[in-house]
Amino acid sequence: MSILDSKIPSGELNQKWSSYKDHIRLVNPANKRNIDIIVVGTGLAGGSASAALAELGYNVKSFCFQDSPRRAHSIAAQGGINAAKNYQGDGDSVFRLFYDTVKGGDYRAREANVYRLAEVSASIIDQCVAQGVPFAREYGGLLDNRSFGGSQVSRTFYAKGQTGQQLLLGAYSAMSRQIGKGKIQMYNRHEMLDLVLVDGKARGIIARNLVTGSLERFSAHAVVIASGGYGNVFYLSTNAMGSNVSAAWKVHKKGAYFANPCYTQIHPTCIPVSGDHQSKLTLMSESLRNDGRIWVPKNLEDSKAIREGRMKPTDITDENKDFFLERRYPAFGNLVPRDVASRAAKERCDAGFGVNTTGEAVYLDFASAIERYGREKARMNHDGEASIEIIMDLGAEVVKAKYGNLFQMYYKIVDQDPYKTPMMIYPAVHYTMGGVWVDYNLMTTITGCYATGEANFSDHGANRLGASALMQGLADGYFVLPYTIADYLADDIRTGKISTDLPEFVQTENDVKANIERLMNIKGTKTVDYFHKRLGKIMWDKVGMARNAEGLNWAIAEIQKLREEFYSNVRIPGTVDSFNPELDKANRVCDFLELGELMAKDALDREESCGGHFREEHQTEEGEAQRNDDKYAYVAAWEYTGKPSEAILHKEALVFDNIKLVQRSYK
Amino acid sequence: MKLTLKIWRQSGPNDKGQIVTYPIDNIEGDMSFLDMMDVLNEELIVKGEDPVAFDHDCREGICGMCSLFINGEAHGPDRAITTCQLHMRKFSDGETIYIEPWRAKAFPVIKDLVVDRGALDRVMASGGFVSVNTSGNTVDANAIPISKIDADKAFEAATCIGCGACVASCVNASAMLFVSAKVSQLALLPQGKIEATERVLNMVRTMDEEGFGNCTNTGACAVECPKEISLDNIARMNREYFKAMLTSE
Repeated sequence: MSILDSKIPSGELNQKWSSYKDHIRLVNPANKRNIDIIVVGTGLAGGSASAALAELGYNVKSFCFQDSPRRAHSIAAQGGINAAKNYQGDGDSVFRLFYDTVKGGDYRAREANVYRLAEVSASIIDQCVAQGVPFAREYGGLLDNRSFGGSQVSRTFYAKGQTGQQLLLGAYSAMSRQIGKGKIQMYNRHEMLDLVLVDGKARGIIARNLVTGSLERFSAHAVVIASGGYGNVFYLSTNAMGSNVSAAWKVHKKGAYFANPCYTQIHPTCIPVSGDHQSKLTLMSESLRNDGRIWVPKNLEDSKAIREGRMKPTDITDENKDFFLERRYPAFGNLVPRDVASRAAKERCDAGFGVNTTGEAVYLDFASAIERYGREKARMNHDGEASIEIIMDLGAEVVKAKYGNLFQMYYKIVDQDPYKTPMMIYPAVHYTMGGVWVDYNLMTTITGCYATGEANFSDHGANRLGASALMQGLADGYFVLPYTIADYLADDIRTGKISTDLPEFVQTENDVKANIERLMNIKGTKTVDYFHKRLGKIMWDKVGMARNAEGLNWAIAEIQKLREEFYSNVRIPGTVDSFNPELDKANRVCDFLELGELMAKDALDREESCGGHFREEHQTEEGEAQRNDDKYAYVAAWEYTGKPSEAILHKEALVFDNIKLVQRSYK
Repeated sequence: MKLTLKIWRQSGPNDKGQIVTYPIDNIEGDMSFLDMMDVLNEELIVKGEDPVAFDHDCREGICGMCSLFINGEAHGPDRAITTCQLHMRKFSDGETIYIEPWRAKAFPVIKDLVVDRGALDRVMASGGFVSVNTSGNTVDANAIPISKIDADKAFEAATCIGCGACVASCVNASAMLFVSAKVSQLALLPQGKIEATERVLNMVRTMDEEGFGNCTNTGACAVECPKEISLDNIARMNREYFKAMLTSE
C-alpha cells in the first residue's frame, strides 16, 4: 500500500495558500499562447476554468455533451452559494466557514483544501457581481443573505431559487466572451470516451461527436476533468438525465485513483417518487428549510388516515404534529445538515409515520411562516385589524417572492398548491462527495490530468453542506486551478503542439472503437434503461441511506451478475456513425455498472458511519452516526487494476491540526 | 389513458421528414410528457424500431434543453413551464397529440425532434457578457449598490433558459425575446452599462446574420415563454438599439 502525497504546503493554515501562490512557477503570457488545455464539462467548475484559463491566454478546448455549455447541471442548483463575507455582521469569518465545512463533512475532508475554499469564497461573490449576476438584494441596494443547513450564520448569497442558473450563466457569459475571441474552442454535443496518455502524461482525449457519431482525437498539454458527480448510478436522482461518471471513470481506468466513492449525499427535501415510470426526481431547495417546518403526525392512526385519503394534513392541529427535527435537534432545528435530516425522515417513515400513499414522505409546512410574514406585512401596512385570510394572503406574497419558482415547480409536478397545503418531501440522491482523488494542486494521480468541482473528492468530506457545491465549483475554476496548473505547465513551454497522429492516439481511438462495436454487436433483448433501473434499485436498497455488511456483499454479487447480463443481452438500436442517444446512454451505463460495485466495496471497507455513509452496525444509542477516528480518519483512494473487485486501496491519512475531532452534534 | 401520437420523424438534415402515427396505452396522469416519450421509445426499441430522438436533460425546467412543439404550441398547452414539466394530466383519454420540432431557419433539424440551436450561442458570444477578467481583485460586491427594483428586473430578464421557444412560436422566427432578455439584464445593471452600446449593436447584428426574422410585435413569444420573459424587454432593447444607433461612432 503506497502513501499518497497530497502536496499540502507547509506553514500555518491561514498562510498556506497565499505563500504557496507566491512561490509556484508561472508561465509568461507569450508562452501561454503555445499551450493547449482540454476542459471536459462546462458546469460551474469547467465553465469557470475554461473562461479563466482562456482569459490568461491559454488555448482552451471545452467539451460538453449537451447542445450548449449553458445546459450543464450546475444550472439546476437552487438555493445559493456560501461565502465568508460577514455582510450580516453575525459572526462569520473564513475560519468559521472552514470549521463548519469540515464539521459538516464529519471530519473526513482535507483541512488545507477546505481552508483555501473558505479563503477564496469572498472573491467569488465579487467576481460574479462584476459579471452582472443578479443576486438578491435588499432595499438599500446591498446583497441579501439567507441561512443554510449546518451553520448558525447567514452567509448564503442567492438569486431566488435559481442561484445555480445565474452563476452558470455568469460563467457561460465569461466563456462566450472567450469563444467569440477564439480563445476557447467549444465542442458541443461531444462526449469524452477516453484519456490519451503519452509518456505517462495526460495529453489528450478521444471524444465522440454525438451528432455524426465519429470518433475524434484532441490533444493538449493538460486535461481537466470537470464532468460533475455520479449520482445517476442510482438511476433515480436529482441529477440531469445525462449526468454521468464516464469522463471521471475513464481517467480512473487509466490510472487516476478514485476516492471515497461511498460518500453520497441523499438530500432530505425532494418530491417523493410517484411511480415506476419515473425518470428523475426533483429537488426542493434546502433554502425552504429557512421557513418550512418538517413534520409527520404524532399519532400512527393519523398517518394511516392520511395515507388512505381519509384525512388531510390541514386537519391536524399543531399539538398532534411531530416536528421531529426541532424535537431531536433543538439547536439547529430544521436547519440540520442534509445527512442528519434525511436519516431522521427515513426513521419516521420506517416507523410507519410516512404520509404519502407509498408511506415514504414527510411534510414541509409553510403555514406558520406564511402567517408570520403576513402579520409583519400587515403591521407595515398599518392594518392591525387584518383578518387571518388577509394575513395569509399577504404572507403568501412574501413567500412567493422568496421561493415562487420552487412552489410553482412543486405545483406542476404534484398538482397540489403548497401555499395551501404542506409539501410532501422525501430524501433522494443528490450529490456525490467522493470522486477522483486530487492533490492540493487538483492534479489526479495521472501527471497532467486534473479534476475539479464535484468530479473530485477534496472539499466536502463525507457530507456536503448546502450552498457549498457552487462555491467549490467556482473556487476551483476561477481561483485555484488557474494558479496550480501553471506550475505544471511551466515545464511545457518548449513542448510545442502535440500531434494527434502519435501512436498513443491511434491506439486509444482503436480501443474506444472496439468497445463501441462490442456493445453494438450484443443485439440482445433488453434496453439500456432496463439495466440502469435495475442497477439503481440495487444501489438504493443496499448502498443508499443505510448500509450493512450483508447488504453490501449482496449488492456486489448482484452488480457483477447484472454486468454480465448487460454485456450479453443489451439491445442498442441504430448505428455507430449517426446520432444515437441510446448508444450514448449505453456508454455511460457500462461505467455505472463498474462504479456501483466499487461504491459498495468502499462502503463495505469503511467500518464506521460518517456523514452520508451510514453503516447500521455503527450507530450511537440515539441512532446517530458513529465515527471511528482511530481507524478511519483517512481518504480511501482506489486504484483500478482491471476489475472493480480487485481495486487496490491506498490511504491518505487525514491530519487535523486546527480542528478538534468530536462527535458531531447539532442538538 | 390511451393516446394517439403523431410525431415528426426525420432521419437527418437532408431527409424531407414526415409525421408518423404511434398509438400508446397505459399512460398515467402523473407521468411527465417526457416519461411518456421514454415509454414509447422503450416499446420501439424492443420492437426493433428506431426510437424517437428528442433533446432533454435536467427534466426540471431549467436547463433549456427540451424543446417540443406540442399540438402547435412550444412546450405544450400548459403555461410557464417547459416540456419536461408538462404532465399527462393535461391531456385526456383518447386524445391525439402532435409532436414536432422547433421550426425556424436558424434551427436546422439534426434528427426527428432535435434541432441545432447553436445560433443562440453565437449571438451570446457576440456581446452577451461583461468584459471583466477573473482576478480576485474586482471591487467588493457591496461597493456596487443596485436598487432592488433594478436588480429584480435584471433577474427576471436573466431567468431566460435559452430554449428557443420564443423563436419557434414566432411567425417570423424572430429571436428578439431571447436577445432582448440578455441586453435588458445587462442594461439594467451598472456593471453592464459601460459596454451597452457595442453590446446591443453586436448582438442584433449577429441575430440578423444567423437568419432569425424580424419582430412584428405579435407577442406570441412572451405567451409561450416558459420563464414568462416579458415583452418589456423587447421595448427596452429597441430603446437601447436606437440610442446606440444615434450615439455610436
